[in-house]
Amino acid sequence: MIGEWLDIGWLGEIPTRGSRTIPVEGGEEIAVFRTGDDKVFALVNRCPHKGGPLSQGIVHGHSVACPLHNWRIALATGQAQGEDKGCTPTIPVKIDGGRVLICRASTLKAAA
Amino acid sequence: MDFQDYEPRPSVADLPDGGRGDSREHLVVIGNGMAGCRAIEELLARDPGRYRVTIFGAEPHVNYNRIMLSPVLAGEKTFDDIVINGLDWYRDNGMELIVGDAIVAIDRAGRTVTSRSGRVLRYDKLLIATGSDPFIIPVPGKDLPGVIGFRDMKDVDTMLSAAQAGQAQGGGSAVVIGGGLLGLEAAHGLSLRGMKVTVIHLMQTLMERQLDEAAGWLLKTALEARGQTILTGADTAEIFGEGKVEGVRLKDGREIPASLVVMAVGIRPSVALARDAGLEVGRGIKVDDHMVTSDPDVLAVGECVEHEGNVYGLVAPLWDMCRSLADGLVGKANPYRGSVTSTKLKVAGLDVFSAGDFSGAGAGCEDIVLRDASRGVYKRLVLQDDRIVGAVLYGDTADGSWYFDLLKKGACVAEMRDLLIFGQAFASGGGQADPKAAVAALSDEAEICGCNGVTKGQVVSCIAKGAHSLDAVRSGCKASASCGSCTGLVESLLALTLGEEVQSGPKTMCSCTSFTHDDVRREIVAQAMRSIPEVMQQMHWSTPDGCASCRPALNYYLLCALPGDYVDDQQSRFVNERLHANIQKDGTYSVVPRMWGGLTNPRELRAIADVVEKYDAPMVKVTGGQRLDIFGIRKEDLPAVWADLNAAGMVSGHAYGKALRTVKTCVGSEWCRFGTQDSTGLGVKLEKMSWGSWMPHKFKIAVSGCPRNCAEATIKDFGVVCVDSGYELHVAGNGGIHVRVTDLLCKVATEQEALDYCAAFIQLYREEARYLERTAPWVERVGIAYVQARIVADAVGREALCARFLYSQSFSQDDPWAERVAGGDRAQHAHMAQFKPIGMEEMA
Repeated sequence: MIGEWLDIGWLGEIPTRGSRTIPVEGGEEIAVFRTGDDKVFALVNRCPHKGGPLSQGIVHGHSVACPLHNWRIALATGQAQGEDKGCTPTIPVKIDGGRVLICRASTLKAAA
Repeated sequence: MDFQDYEPRPSVADLPDGGRGDSREHLVVIGNGMAGCRAIEELLARDPGRYRVTIFGAEPHVNYNRIMLSPVLAGEKTFDDIVINGLDWYRDNGMELIVGDAIVAIDRAGRTVTSRSGRVLRYDKLLIATGSDPFIIPVPGKDLPGVIGFRDMKDVDTMLSAAQAGQAQGGGSAVVIGGGLLGLEAAHGLSLRGMKVTVIHLMQTLMERQLDEAAGWLLKTALEARGQTILTGADTAEIFGEGKVEGVRLKDGREIPASLVVMAVGIRPSVALARDAGLEVGRGIKVDDHMVTSDPDVLAVGECVEHEGNVYGLVAPLWDMCRSLADGLVGKANPYRGSVTSTKLKVAGLDVFSAGDFSGAGAGCEDIVLRDASRGVYKRLVLQDDRIVGAVLYGDTADGSWYFDLLKKGACVAEMRDLLIFGQAFASGGGQADPKAAVAALSDEAEICGCNGVTKGQVVSCIAKGAHSLDAVRSGCKASASCGSCTGLVESLLALTLGEEVQSGPKTMCSCTSFTHDDVRREIVAQAMRSIPEVMQQMHWSTPDGCASCRPALNYYLLCALPGDYVDDQQSRFVNERLHANIQKDGTYSVVPRMWGGLTNPRELRAIADVVEKYDAPMVKVTGGQRLDIFGIRKEDLPAVWADLNAAGMVSGHAYGKALRTVKTCVGSEWCRFGTQDSTGLGVKLEKMSWGSWMPHKFKIAVSGCPRNCAEATIKDFGVVCVDSGYELHVAGNGGIHVRVTDLLCKVATEQEALDYCAAFIQLYREEARYLERTAPWVERVGIAYVQARIVADAVGREALCARFLYSQSFSQDDPWAERVAGGDRAQHAHMAQFKPIGMEEMA
């Protein structure tokens, strides 16, 4: 059965204050972030500014600094912070029994 | 500013008009300290031309901030940092300063003062600001050499010499008698200077005049954890020694060896001069509400006075006294009504605040207490009739100024009583901690800077007059210019007053902290901090885990301070240093293998060519540093690319790092008909020595074989230009946006010296430059003369720097590529999962 949630792995596979990537065939890569307080967020791995891979940025608080030009993106909303304007699509994500699950429909939609 | 060379002019000031044809009244100030000069500042602010002013100081210094002697002792400040008014202040205001010559007599009938050197001056108004003297307990041995107080710069110098002498013998011992504010600051400083310190305190509780028993115990525990020995309930019987101090004997018979004894049991108003002159004296010189003594032409201010039966030994009352005094001098009524005082301990990392009466002895006094043992926090408020009458805060003193403001205003706190102890953010409603709202709610009279007595109103008016940055406020009204503990408050005021216009300046490290790079670095070393979370905890970071600016900086500072010990935090590194390659605009990476000194061979070239073909790299380029750069490699392919390059004997070129990049060379004497030395050989040696080292920023080296300088050594961080007689060493060049030609460091005769000087220079840069500061701006900031003094003139220091660099290198010359090829940090490169949205098997 195709479930509503996709199991992508253990929480422990994502480094604290770091991120892992999930390529989507025929679509855009997803980045799954784990923050210092063990919250998990999933976004399309693309900065709204110049398309930098957000997964490679420094994670601090609930935001990530894009590695290309240091834009700060809020992980919960995908919104650029401060003076910068732009938004990266987000994907619902949850932790169940230590497993990280992302929303299938949103992944398809966001990555399409 | 410490001017031994100062030669007072032969004084003509003993003539009635000072020999200047000046008909103004002559105001003579006895005492060039904080009170005397502050009084004059206040007077100048009101009526700058009214009096001709002469200031006498017993110490050979300009006016400095006495309460900042502790940070000088601790090595956190220099004397220049604590000068309040330099020579230009006296000059620009037309005042005469006579230092190193104490006044020894006042003749009130003849209206003259006489100095130790025999100078006699007439006065119209006399201001006595002699401060106080350390109280020396009358025990045998109190006059032995090595027994001192902690009062002036001379005492600090004595302590520093003792610490230095102690170090030469493997660490000396010191005893501090007195566990009050001053004693603990002295003990802290001596301890930081490497001495084994024992504090002897007569009472059971440290700082018992400022702290209650519980807070005193927390403080004692924290100090003991820092290696000090604290003896409470200990009574000194005698100080013993033959010709100099050798130790202290307690009444219970214990003996503590020491080469230095600091008496810090208290201070006494310095009243001898006033008493001899027949002025009315109690515990201090008696003054009225405008600081006038029993003689209407003689005033007195500061710690030497007694007002309404009260004598003050803290700095804050001084500001109020000086305002009343200056108003009185220009004929305006502004009576001084006494001061309520608060105390802060200036020991880094230990936050102690107290204010008012916390004995709980008054009728109807109630306590509100909060203890959080795991955070080391203790707060106690004493209330009487719904008003705060006393406060003791330990561990978290952020709300100190708010409580103190409520206390001074006598504000009714009945309505917020339940939340009062949690601090302003909670008690004022909202529940969210917003530091700006807290500062906005302070009254204009609330004191922001305790060191310099600056109120919120004064800071705001200073900002309104154009001081739009922290630095500008510091120089404009002195707020936050001394110990810096109010920096956060001043920044909040800047933000509140200016909105978005604040010029943040290079001062603080980032918006997560009110400390500067230099502050943070110094504390990391001083407090032997070992991790990023520890630094953030100890230095009160305002964010849970920093930001993209401070985390890489902290990671570097810790790495530099603890070679071989510190565990690098990968998540606090920029992507390039985490993936050991350079990210490009399309998210792929470029890879640069190391080619020592720019030399290569067929095997390496074949391996590079193979990689280019195997991974379909769209471009290969020769870089400005004489290396080959392979473009367009995907993150997942990096370990395989490195494995292939490793197999041909190549290692990471660190083209991605705040690290040694390349050593560029010309062919030198081996081939070139102009070459004077083996520049390629030296280049290879330099690169083998310094590769792999992490630095504040990227670092480039070049070696040219003759002054034609084909390797462009004079725009590099470290450049060698070979000449017939040896090697010219050049530093701090830059070929970037702002081209900067190097400064000549020195010339050396041998290749080994060139290597040693280079190692020493790199280490000095690593230890002292701020993160992301290239050598060019760093050397411009500190001056080439400073670098020469450390590297060229100081042979011992140079060798030590060189040794520290080589030690640190022994941990950093493992090829990071090989580690990844061997399987380290696979998660950095591999995807977590893959998603193929066709059919049932979606997950691979």
